[in-house]
Amino acid sequence: MTTRRGDGPEFAELKPPLSKDEALAEANRCLYCYDAPCTRACPTHIDVPAFIKKIASGNLRGSGKKILEANILGFSCARVCPTEELCEGACVLNDLHGHKPIAIGKLQRYATDPIVLEKGGRPLFSAPDNKNGRSVGIVGAGPSGFGCAAELCQRGYDVTIYEAADKPGGLNTYGVADYKLSQQAGLAEVEWVQQLGAKLVLNTRVGEDVSFDELAEKHDAVFVGVGLGPVPALGIPGEDLDGSQDVLEFIAELKSKPKAECSLAGKTVAVLGGGNTAIDGVTQSTRLGAEKVYLVYRRGAGEMGAYEHEVELAKLDGVEFVYWAQPVEIAGNGKVQTLRCARTRVDGGKLVVDEGDTFELAVDRVFRATGQAKLRDFFKSAGIDVDAKGRPVADEDGKTSRDGVWTGGDCRNGGKEVVNAVAEGKTAAIAIDRALSA
Amino acid sequence: MADLKTNTAGIESPNPFWLASAPPTNTGDQVMRAFDAGWGGAVWKTLGEPIVNTWSRYSAIDYNGMKMIGLNNIELITDRPLEVNLKEIVEVKKRYPKNALIVSLMVESKRETWHEIVKKACDAGADGLELNFGCPHGMSERGMGAAVGQVPDYTCQITEWVKEASTVPVLVKLTPNITDVRYAARAAKKGGGDGVSLINTINSITGIDLDTFAPRPTVAGKSSHGGYCGPAVKPIALNMIAEISRDPETYGLPISGIGGISTWRDAAEFMLLGASTVQVCTAVMHYGFRIVEDMIDGLSNFLDEKDMTLAELIGASVKRVDDWKNLDLNYVVNASINQDKCIGCGLCYTACNDGAHQAIGAKRGDNGRTDVWVIEENCVGCNLCSLVCPVDNCISMKQIPTDADPCTWTEHTGGSGKLAPRPQDDQHRVTERMNRS
Repeated sequence: MTTRRGDGPEFAELKPPLSKDEALAEANRCLYCYDAPCTRACPTHIDVPAFIKKIASGNLRGSGKKILEANILGFSCARVCPTEELCEGACVLNDLHGHKPIAIGKLQRYATDPIVLEKGGRPLFSAPDNKNGRSVGIVGAGPSGFGCAAELCQRGYDVTIYEAADKPGGLNTYGVADYKLSQQAGLAEVEWVQQLGAKLVLNTRVGEDVSFDELAEKHDAVFVGVGLGPVPALGIPGEDLDGSQDVLEFIAELKSKPKAECSLAGKTVAVLGGGNTAIDGVTQSTRLGAEKVYLVYRRGAGEMGAYEHEVELAKLDGVEFVYWAQPVEIAGNGKVQTLRCARTRVDGGKLVVDEGDTFELAVDRVFRATGQAKLRDFFKSAGIDVDAKGRPVADEDGKTSRDGVWTGGDCRNGGKEVVNAVAEGKTAAIAIDRALSA
Repeated sequence: MADLKTNTAGIESPNPFWLASAPPTNTGDQVMRAFDAGWGGAVWKTLGEPIVNTWSRYSAIDYNGMKMIGLNNIELITDRPLEVNLKEIVEVKKRYPKNALIVSLMVESKRETWHEIVKKACDAGADGLELNFGCPHGMSERGMGAAVGQVPDYTCQITEWVKEASTVPVLVKLTPNITDVRYAARAAKKGGGDGVSLINTINSITGIDLDTFAPRPTVAGKSSHGGYCGPAVKPIALNMIAEISRDPETYGLPISGIGGISTWRDAAEFMLLGASTVQVCTAVMHYGFRIVEDMIDGLSNFLDEKDMTLAELIGASVKRVDDWKNLDLNYVVNASINQDKCIGCGLCYTACNDGAHQAIGAKRGDNGRTDVWVIEENCVGCNLCSLVCPVDNCISMKQIPTDADPCTWTEHTGGSGKLAPRPQDDQHRVTERMNRS
């Protein structure tokens, strides 16, 4: 295939919106299951058959409300959720020969788009006029933070969200593959949630610009949804060369800048890692026009953490998968020119790197997607106990070892989906309300 | 290939598929194209005094994404000059001598007027006449159509007038907008009608536009009740045909069946209840004349498979339609769920639990699915679970042998029959729920 990429249309949405006719036909296919498995599979337990029936009956506002009252970020989740693994994967129609599961994600988008994108009209959700006089500080304006904030605002709390970056949204703004959710759409959702009245303090890193203790003093409770840190350097020679980068930095750039400024036309790219973020790295590299894209993974296809449907997407993009390869050196004259890898194998259940058996890939860029760092130091300095993996110790509601402090999202679960983060934020909010009302 | 030649009241046709008198038979051009496509006969759009139509005329019911399961119209009889229609009838009959060409008629209730138009239709070469005593809208306000069909005496009287003048067989088209269609059929027979055709359309308002509050089809913000037809009306038509077929007074009266026929399967069902020909409109208005190809092919294959002639098919189910009091109360069936096919949607549970007899249990299975099972002591064999189940042959109704002899209501109340034991309404389930609340 010789199609040149990177000039725009490739970043078209992977799952385009449904027309009215398509949505009605799809909604009418839903069986309306009893104790529906799709609802059980959703971390926020959206009543899927109910919202779909409402689409079929023409009650679109009721449908959107059904979704958003369970999951305040139902708009972005409709786009970024791995529905194949969650609701759609659980659809009973998968077991009915000749049938495809209901396109729940697309229907969810059909119901939530008009509410989130179309300004004006009667607001679906609102904070009560009379506040309850209590305040909660939220660290991190990502999905878990907004999940928590939305619930608390509706319960009458005064909520302030502290965010280190200059834009809110967390990974929805900076980290989700652009063909799933554009930065513009992510920010539109944030703006919509903001109608509930949470105060947003941007460019403020807790622990640096303001101390954690100060926050704990100021608010009746604190929710920490700081996510994860950057992808750490591998500790191999050449990582400081121009063209070697944390994949999240690369994705944040391409989501924030005009695509032309991020073009990879004619370039060869290697993305290191085997998870879903590595897939985001390769698929977006091809869309930015890269001539050749490798995914370099130290184990085999069967061990990859990425979802099957994500891997399939990368294969359709013509990505070359280099398995059983451990990067050992990046070399080049000021900028990246080659990536040298040692071959690996499993011996006695352990991964063995054969340093003597290496090969080189000629590349212009190396993006590492080998796992984000846990923010162990942040939690420690905030006086919150962490486990061996560097995650805050917390009970099922997200309550940490420090009194009055709850947590949720990637920082707590080690890195899951947006929908998990929203669910954890909401759960914590309910627990906070319970604790403060006691 | 099975022989599909048939005959209704002396009107011969190469196959039983006729176009009903409706927009598809409005012009000679349409009728000729239909015959080319394979239609065995056509009932010309009703002739009468010229009328004027509204512009917006049809509206439909869509269901779950399926378009036009029911169609409604407020169109009147032909709006073309009588002479033009007659000239085209002559022409079509000349070119298609083997196809059945029936002319539908409706004029004011005067003997001379009927005589006049009957003669013209016969002279034009019609193989038969169909008296439109069924049109429920517009014309009925002027004392024609359903206004005649709803009064057996009028039906009889006008049929007599027509028979005085007609040289060809006469079918009387009956309206379903009546409490007991047998009276209309008896009147048609009494007046000398050679057969009946039914059903005409049903009085209906298809819906209201929720933005404008205007009923559909909307004519300058208002509407009028129209005639309902299409797949949705089929069960009503089948019942009315069965009623006439098994009425001792009209037994054997030739019937041309009408009402929601879209496929050869529908046609076969009408024929099993006694129709010797069937008439189609909505399906053609939806998909065009071409649908007759599969109707012919499908019916022929079906007869070959059953090793039956068309004559053997016609009326074969009439004796199986009976009064409720003659049904066997000791015929016991229970639901049976094929667990290998079950996909765990739980629809049978929720339908039975809320809408029937609480005879299906459900719980979350180990594999994350909903497991369901039949509670046999509660099952009354109502069929509902098998009707809602989305999987073919997953829930079937199995006959449960009993020691009891068959027993009808008549026998039971007459003291000659003995009822087999049946599920008792277990009061304790009700009290248990009441105790809980």
